[in-house]
Amino acid sequence: MEYIISVLLSGVSVGGQYALIAIGYTLVYGILRLINFAHGDVFMVAGLMGIYLAAVLPITLSLPLVIILTVLLGFAIERVAYKPLREAPRMSVMISAIGVSYLLQNTATYVTGGQPMTYPTIPFLSGTVDVAGTQTKWVVIITPILVLALVFALTQLINRTKVGMAMRAVSKDFETSRLMGIKINSVISVTFIIGSALAGIGSILFFTNYPAITPMSGAMPGLKAFVAAVFGGIGSIPGAVIGAFIIGIAETIIKGLPSSWDVSVFSDAFTFALLIIILVFKPQGLFGEAATDKV
Amino acid sequence: MKENKRFFPTLAGIALLLIFVILLENISAAVPGLPDVFQPTSPLFTVLKKAAVYSLVAVSMNLLNGFTGLFSLGQAGFMLLGAYTYAILTVPAAQKDQVYYLFGGCAFEFSFVDMFGMVFGNSGVGGAVSMVLGCLLAIILAGVVAGFFAFLIGFPVLRLKSDYLAIATLGFAEILRAIFQWQKLGPITNGANMIKGFPTFSSFNITGPSGNVILRLSTFIPFFITTVCIVLIVLLINSSYGRAFKSIRDDEVAAEAMGIGLFRHKTLSFVISSFFAGVGGALFAMYVANAQAKAFTSTMTYEILLIVVIGGIGSVSGSVIATFLYVACSEWWLRFLDSEMYFGSFKIPLLRNGFRMVVFSVVIMVIVLFFSNGIMGNREIDLLKPFGKKNKKKEGHTH
Repeated sequence: MEYIISVLLSGVSVGGQYALIAIGYTLVYGILRLINFAHGDVFMVAGLMGIYLAAVLPITLSLPLVIILTVLLGFAIERVAYKPLREAPRMSVMISAIGVSYLLQNTATYVTGGQPMTYPTIPFLSGTVDVAGTQTKWVVIITPILVLALVFALTQLINRTKVGMAMRAVSKDFETSRLMGIKINSVISVTFIIGSALAGIGSILFFTNYPAITPMSGAMPGLKAFVAAVFGGIGSIPGAVIGAFIIGIAETIIKGLPSSWDVSVFSDAFTFALLIIILVFKPQGLFGEAATDKV
Repeated sequence: MKENKRFFPTLAGIALLLIFVILLENISAAVPGLPDVFQPTSPLFTVLKKAAVYSLVAVSMNLLNGFTGLFSLGQAGFMLLGAYTYAILTVPAAQKDQVYYLFGGCAFEFSFVDMFGMVFGNSGVGGAVSMVLGCLLAIILAGVVAGFFAFLIGFPVLRLKSDYLAIATLGFAEILRAIFQWQKLGPITNGANMIKGFPTFSSFNITGPSGNVILRLSTFIPFFITTVCIVLIVLLINSSYGRAFKSIRDDEVAAEAMGIGLFRHKTLSFVISSFFAGVGGALFAMYVANAQAKAFTSTMTYEILLIVVIGGIGSVSGSVIATFLYVACSEWWLRFLDSEMYFGSFKIPLLRNGFRMVVFSVVIMVIVLFFSNGIMGNREIDLLKPFGKKNKKKEGHTH
């Protein structure tokens, strides 16, 4: 029983961290129809910045700085690598995203020297707490609560504010909203800023729980978060969050199965199997609007 | 008529290229005192071998992405299938216990090399014949396994479009990688450990009785196999099937209206591309002298995709040129960026391990952003252009 609770707890927390990345994917895909392959690597870079900043600054200063710098990075990537290709075929933008991902990974390898880096212990998040008889870190408890709060704030932003209205309009019809006088470029920038900020927060929560960051540690969470976004219905924020929680829980359950079965190598593969099943049978995802251009 | 006229000059050109490779490889043994570049251990030959292998994979990816317009990112997965098929089928039975020692030997005591060895003998000329035949059969089977798997996953996946197809094929490649690392399959795949001990490129060097190399063929072999495969792909592209592929790329709806079976042609292109990716995977295993699932990551697919983009999406010769440039830069010409350098007593900043790849990826980004046509766009290099002009004139007169 205690074992089940601890597996579920960590599943929910991993799911929450994926959710924060998945929102970035789903927002960008909703507006640009682009799988932002670099998003997972932005997340990894945010983790590395956390390490380097915490080494020179107190934690209370370095954490907000991480988020600000991640936002700047996301903004810069959009301006440099995606904006010039606005009129190009969709595939060119995706290739550009893959190029950015390659660049970020190689730069990270250069800066870290390819060594795995240890994330600093954040006093409050790393402390342990007792839940129903199992010892667990505070971050495990805080993650889902924080995620729900952020998602609530985000849905308010999208449904109640003018920027949110513009975002919805652009994702509905790019060309028409442009004709209606919406400044496409600033809407896209806002999208990338929100996505990157969430990825920055996600990186703090995610890497507190993991022993080390390598230049490749963004790729897999990134892909999984994208699968979560597709699973929940691309473009839908609640869908992305629910998809991320399902994938996070399923993944920790697979990892927690008896080691004699030796199935833990499939924790990543399971996510992709889920992706293919959902694409074949329900391509619009759990909560997505039925669209015909996907299949 | 025109095809026939071009056939023999092309063949002669390819033969000349292959002879040149053999000469280049053996020149250091024949002419003493040549610069180090011509020694068998020089980076020149590493680059040539790796680029020959990669250019086959790049061309196979281009067939799918550039000529059929199917944006697939599963290339590493098909290479993995090919590499493992080749490795499992060619490790000699005598070596199997040693390679699979963690699992108490391989599940099946069988190897193509041994099979042919029973017919032709295991030593001397007979041994060479059985090794060549065994490897050849294994390489072809590597392609067949990859192609068959592509056929299977084509049913669900090829209905998807553009980026969904990309992410689904990427997912399949990741699933394959997990399956091949599963310890339960250890007796076949050796789990997460590498399979070693199978014939590699240098096994094809002809050696004398005392073990000294008489004729080096280790660079020739990948060139030969890649050339044959690329010629086959080019013939396919120039056939009516190739035209059907291009019409699907340009406009699916119009192609279907013209009576082209979309699904049939997409499957065909996917299977053929995967066949050659599988062959490329077998060659890759021969190049690195081991087969290990860990190597075939999505980063590998991205690398090949970037090569295709640099060369020009939709140009076979572009892909080949880009591969040689890419491999030469990353393995040889830009190596100096990775080591610290002093200009007099002044230490040039930034140079240290990993800088090469940073410079390299910046260059790639510049190409992607500002020269999106790549080196060749969708044109091809025509080796026979000088002769071609003459031909055209003649045709003009006859009309």
